[in-house]
Amino acid sequence: MTKSIFVATVWLISVSITGPASAQALASPQESAPREVVEGTLSSEQSTIAVPALVAPSPADTPAGNSTALGRQIAEVISSDLRASGLFETQGPNGLRAIGLPEVTAPQFDYWKARPVEQLVQGFVRVGGDGNLTVGCYLYDVGFGNETTRLGFNVPPREWRRAAHKCADAIYSKLTGELPFFDSRIAYIAETGPKGKRVKRLAIMDSDGANHRFITNGQSTALTPRFSPNYKSILYLSYVDGNPRIYVYDIDAGRQRLITQSRNPTFAPRWSPDGQTILYSMAVSGNTDIYKISASGTGTPVKLTTAPGIDVGGSFSPDGRQIVFESDRSGSQQIYVMNADGTNQRRISFGQGRYATPEWSPRADLIAYTRIAGDFRVGTMRPDGSGERLLTDSWQDEAPTWAPNGRVIQFFRTAKVSGKTSIWQVDLTGSNERKLPTPVDGSDPAWGPVLP
Amino acid sequence: MKSNTVKGMALLLASTALVAGCGKKDVEALPPVAEQTNYGETATETPPVTNAIRPGSQEDFLQTVGQYGDRILFDTDRFNVDTEDQSVLQVQAQWLARYPNTRITVEGHADERGTRDYNLALGERRANSAKNYLISVGVDASRIQTVSYGKERPQALGSDEQSWAQNRRAVTVTIQ
Repeated sequence: MTKSIFVATVWLISVSITGPASAQALASPQESAPREVVEGTLSSEQSTIAVPALVAPSPADTPAGNSTALGRQIAEVISSDLRASGLFETQGPNGLRAIGLPEVTAPQFDYWKARPVEQLVQGFVRVGGDGNLTVGCYLYDVGFGNETTRLGFNVPPREWRRAAHKCADAIYSKLTGELPFFDSRIAYIAETGPKGKRVKRLAIMDSDGANHRFITNGQSTALTPRFSPNYKSILYLSYVDGNPRIYVYDIDAGRQRLITQSRNPTFAPRWSPDGQTILYSMAVSGNTDIYKISASGTGTPVKLTTAPGIDVGGSFSPDGRQIVFESDRSGSQQIYVMNADGTNQRRISFGQGRYATPEWSPRADLIAYTRIAGDFRVGTMRPDGSGERLLTDSWQDEAPTWAPNGRVIQFFRTAKVSGKTSIWQVDLTGSNERKLPTPVDGSDPAWGPVLP
Repeated sequence: MKSNTVKGMALLLASTALVAGCGKKDVEALPPVAEQTNYGETATETPPVTNAIRPGSQEDFLQTVGQYGDRILFDTDRFNVDTEDQSVLQVQAQWLARYPNTRITVEGHADERGTRDYNLALGERRANSAKNYLISVGVDASRIQTVSYGKERPQALGSDEQSWAQNRRAVTVTIQ
């Protein structure tokens, strides 16, 4: 299903230094607009990026439309991604003049300076003999009057959005110093119906809400999906046989299987970072513990916790060596860390209230959680429990999931009384909170890694 | 802070109910709830007045155990079966003794003020508490299965302590 997207063999024109070296030209591109997301809000000093429509040098029809139209659509997605990050203002492609092909590599800096904008994204779309698109993507620092990055992507026409996300990712990374995250997907639960009889369907979508697809039909309740690291399958809970059980759903084959044969309820599934191991919780005679099992479907489950009570959830550290989980062994829900073999279990949350649904950041530096003290809020702490920080403030915000770059968190928000749910995201500063567009209500978001 | 206040209010309500001699199970003693679902087992609590109730059926069970006699309620995060719950379950066990071939499912539920996975675990814990008590008073374990719905199937639809108190429940349903 996922096709390879070839990055950057298309170094079309080698730009070496031309002309006399000015003081500005000596500045390295990285110095042009460094952005550290974690340090405070950037809203007062957002830089403005212009994104005119990409040029289609020899317009041609593709199964995804004419390449001229695609050039505009790709610019729209780039612009939308960057704007949605909350770190940039964007202009275009609407309202910006058309660019000629020669201009793509020779920007009219004075023109853009006068708008004014600080950054400029230009590019082209070419239809190759094999029918694939070559998308060229260039980032310029308008103030310095130089090129800061360029990338080329080959994609089948139907995956043109991925080329746009890859371009936006390259720009985001260049300007912020952070790892990319736009070219990624989200699994979640689509919700409809009245509060007492919600219909809950497994659904997937791109990180910006595009390419939305329902996977289950809603006849049985589906909960808590997790994309496998290679996006080939999804772990989720289904009541399809009347009981809560975790299944692995194979996206291409459209088939699913139980992760373990047991009469007991299984829930709270997670993948290990390498996709080889599945973590799940199972209740036996009312007592819930955490287990792991090979993702291949063979092998015996290994029980990792033994405390009486509810040990539930669990999220691997990025190196796979540790697991953060939730336990009420102290009398209320709190966060614990253990080695991946179950040894050295220790509590790390000691603040006010209860702590639930811990998720280890892909960057390893933080753990996100739901803090329950009256209302439900999403927060982060370091893996040793220090540096607690609440990012949201609402009646019920729950179940954080990390962007692949560990700089943005999604969660779901439940409205009081109506029970309506929606998926939101917020960055690590607690800023740029926004609701994701979903066709119906949404809960239990799970963000997958950046696509290769 | 807030949860303590809520807990306090709940205790107050519960003790008021106890003083009134109704106990926490008698949710009728509480102020009426604005919205109430009308599906599932409650839909059959007031069957049409006919003489057609089949002995051993779900209707027969509900008529025997009485209104809300099919369920026990729990405090926040708790799963213990108190003396009041025991008398409810004893009536259920007596009915089950009359129909030894009838099997039951105990459905465990939690209120909406918990995280999803924890509530699934909690619902299972509550269902097992009821199951274990039924076993202790003579119901064969092989006749009882449990299922947790966590916070997925609220009975009362408000976002207030009264609704939550009704939703923290273990409900016995006969398998027909």
